[in-house]
Amino acid sequence: MSQRIPVVEKILSANDRLAAENQSSLDAANVFAINMMASPGAGKTSLIEQTLKGLEGRLRIAMINGDIATSFDADRAQAAGATAIQINTGGDCHLDAVMVQSALSQLDLGILDLLVIENVGNLVCPADFKLGTHKSVLVASIPEGDDKPYKYPGMYRGVNAVVINKIDLLPYVPFRMDFFKKGIEVLNPGVTQFELSCRSGEGLAGWLAWLEGQVKEFKGIHAK
Amino acid sequence: MHELAVTESILEIAVRHAQGKNVGRITDLYLVIGQWSSIVDDSVQFYWDIISDGTLAKGATLHFRRVPVVLTCQDCGNEYQPASEEFACPNCGGTHARVKTGEEFQLEAIDVED
Repeated sequence: MSQRIPVVEKILSANDRLAAENQSSLDAANVFAINMMASPGAGKTSLIEQTLKGLEGRLRIAMINGDIATSFDADRAQAAGATAIQINTGGDCHLDAVMVQSALSQLDLGILDLLVIENVGNLVCPADFKLGTHKSVLVASIPEGDDKPYKYPGMYRGVNAVVINKIDLLPYVPFRMDFFKKGIEVLNPGVTQFELSCRSGEGLAGWLAWLEGQVKEFKGIHAK
Repeated sequence: MHELAVTESILEIAVRHAQGKNVGRITDLYLVIGQWSSIVDDSVQFYWDIISDGTLAKGATLHFRRVPVVLTCQDCGNEYQPASEEFACPNCGGTHARVKTGEEFQLEAIDVED
């Protein structure tokens, strides 16, 4: 006999559950975590280097770096003074909650204020896989073009902040900032935005102040 | 691009819901996928044929129901499908929209037989 069984379950519910566990571990240790996503070459690692430098002595920071192969990015973070755990996804296009759980077990969360998770460079897949971070940040950049919000709506919808990097290139690249921002506005109304250049340092102060404020606010709420 | 992980999840959910119900095999799966969910049907089908082998769901048919993106304008209440490079409301030009449909990503039901 044939029958229909109603399911109505989100396809990535298992990952969602594990992400919630990761977040509980972070909450218990009073560590604020961000998931940093971007296309390859947008400047995630440069922003992390600048962030480590800018917040040195103010926050205790570690990072988890996801890459398909190599540990170049984790090496750069370590050179900048942070504890860095490298996850090679072995071809997977995104980090997931399982990989992050395993990386968390390698960190001493008790001595940290902020954990930065650098996702695999990709504007599609990382948007669907929650990791258990408290906030997610998308790093966009001027040379990518101003049409990205329209092409990757899923990514632009799910983030808490958008960093627009490489604004020092605006004089050389056709980029309609109003068109770009109009797309973001519909997808993610009122999302926090930063225009900056990791190369020249312009605009970095605003980003650093926001991030430090987020960590302090979180620690205030979760203080033991 | 991450269809293998997605397909594994689909299989896990379907088998879990069939367990303990005296099911001989799962014959059909009904998936609901919004237009803004980044999933390629053909790739899921490709992985499905491989990973469902040897399970309760071997050979089951996957049914994909694609849901178009519909936005509700928060300024004038108009419901519309956004154009590819223009997300603002075509009625009033407003940019305050809520996504009504198009982000679904779930397994709705399965058909089973004894």
